[in-house]
Amino acid sequence: MADMALPKAKRHVSWLRNPLVDFCLKQPAGAVALLVLLVILFAGIFAEWIAPYDPLENDLAAILLPPSAEHWAGTDSFGRDILSRIIFGARTALIIGLSSAFLGCTAGAVVGAASAYFGGKVDDVIQRCIDLLLSFPLIVLALVVVAVLGRWLVFGIDINLILAIMIPIVPQVARVIRSSALVIRHLSYIDAARIAGYSNTRIVLRHMIPNLSAPYLIMLTAYIAQAILLEAVLSFLGLGVAEPTPAWGLMLSGSASDFFQEAPWIIIFPGVAISLAVFAFNLLGDALRDWLDPKFKT
Amino acid sequence: MTRYVSNRLLLAIPTLIGVAVITFFLLRVLPGDIVEARLRGDGAQVTVDVIERERTRLGLDRPRSEQFVDWIYGLAHLDLGNSMWTGRPVIEEVAARFEITFQVAIMATLIGCILAIPLGTVAALYRGTWIDTLVRLFAVAGLAVPSFWLGMLIIMGLLMTIGTLPPLSFTPIYKDPFANLWQLIWPAVAVGYRFSAVLTRIVRSSLLEVLGEDYIRTARAKGVLENVIVRRHALRNALLPAVTVIGLEFAFLLGGLVVTEQVFGLNGLGKLFVQSVARHDFTLIQGMVMLFAAFYILTNLVIDLVYAVLDPRVRYQ
Repeated sequence: MADMALPKAKRHVSWLRNPLVDFCLKQPAGAVALLVLLVILFAGIFAEWIAPYDPLENDLAAILLPPSAEHWAGTDSFGRDILSRIIFGARTALIIGLSSAFLGCTAGAVVGAASAYFGGKVDDVIQRCIDLLLSFPLIVLALVVVAVLGRWLVFGIDINLILAIMIPIVPQVARVIRSSALVIRHLSYIDAARIAGYSNTRIVLRHMIPNLSAPYLIMLTAYIAQAILLEAVLSFLGLGVAEPTPAWGLMLSGSASDFFQEAPWIIIFPGVAISLAVFAFNLLGDALRDWLDPKFKT
Repeated sequence: MTRYVSNRLLLAIPTLIGVAVITFFLLRVLPGDIVEARLRGDGAQVTVDVIERERTRLGLDRPRSEQFVDWIYGLAHLDLGNSMWTGRPVIEEVAARFEITFQVAIMATLIGCILAIPLGTVAALYRGTWIDTLVRLFAVAGLAVPSFWLGMLIIMGLLMTIGTLPPLSFTPIYKDPFANLWQLIWPAVAVGYRFSAVLTRIVRSSLLEVLGEDYIRTARAKGVLENVIVRRHALRNALLPAVTVIGLEFAFLLGGLVVTEQVFGLNGLGKLFVQSVARHDFTLIQGMVMLFAAFYILTNLVIDLVYAVLDPRVRYQ
């Protein structure tokens, strides 16, 4: 009896029912990841106030300085403060990573849900198109899109880069969401909605999509990580973010490869920043999956 | 089986045609073309006349539909055309660099398997202990560390410990196996780590699933040694999903090598691809994308065939 009373008593403590608190208690690794991400987010938003130096300012008197009290992460071959560039780079990574993953996953979810809902010929055609897009390696597709579209800067953000990262995500998400949606499609509330005379668009967007939020959220966190990595790769290749915008991948490219042997800090810190951000998003995705899974199965 | 294979190969043709249409028309929306990239690249003053003549020579002034029909006609004859930049046949450009990329991809796959199968097994057997946690950390970290950055760290590590780098010029394995392996092992490790991370997770989860099956309980009840159960009964079945992932990742390795080759200065397919993208070398990009797609389709077919060999329950339809 005492055993049974305990969870009941717990249920009355209101803050324990908060999903965020529940998540942090059940998934400590996820909580750590969330904390790291909050720090990165904070750095990205308030970069102007946090960064000790101007990330674009060249200081030819302070070239390739090792980490010290003045420059915590040292300076690069133009005398720019690496820590400040990493802090501003967080903004670039987050803007591009979050927006491209969000757009890609959302488009993929809509395509996947619609494909499962309509079935038949529509499903066949969509699946063939997905097969087609999946036969390009992710980075090859992104490179082709970058090459095709060139740069298109809006408020200093390269819209085409976001598109290039987003497009390869769409078919992958669509495929996963479709298989989850096929399960939902035959549940009675979808039939009920059809009998009630709702339009197909309304059923897909208002009835199916909200019930696919668990796989969607898991995929979203995983693809934010992928998008940040892909942005770093494209920037490293000189096809992503353009100089002088501070971006993590860009900090590893160009003159970095000439100097990193005598000044290892110029590549160590940006690489750590990329790895940490991607690591945290992956960890969060894993924790989210474990946390949502029991609910999602029933 | 011959019938199954030929059916699958026939089904690949529409996919390849789709890939051809998409790449061709995507590339032609491009504002600049190779002539501008090459002639105006150094900021030199070029007369309109010269540019026009060069366009005519490359056939870029003709209507797109005509160019497309020409290219598809070539494809049907297995002719990928000539590179717009060097003028050499695409197939020659690719063949010259295929060996190096293919070898690194195979080595990375081997490294991935050698690391992942034991690690995944141990993690599943000691589920929930600190060993499991360590292996999972290793796997999540492997997905997070960019392979090109790992490559840079490896180069730095080599310089700090032994003070030299492997030579930049490529030695084929049949000429001097040691020199060849010494040169290619490092990029293979940089890419293989990520590969092993993906694979470790699959091995761990599928082994956990198999260990819960009835026939494992039966084997235990019969008194089969635990280590025989794991090796003969569980692992064999658990590795089936791993085969799919190994195959898919292998096809995608070609993509992963795009960047790592830059870091190690290897003149492989990845470098060629990035170069041709930067140069707007349409025919070379198109040809390489077609080859990547064909390779991907073939790998998928091979996976399905291997599957049937490993699991007698799988039948060709």
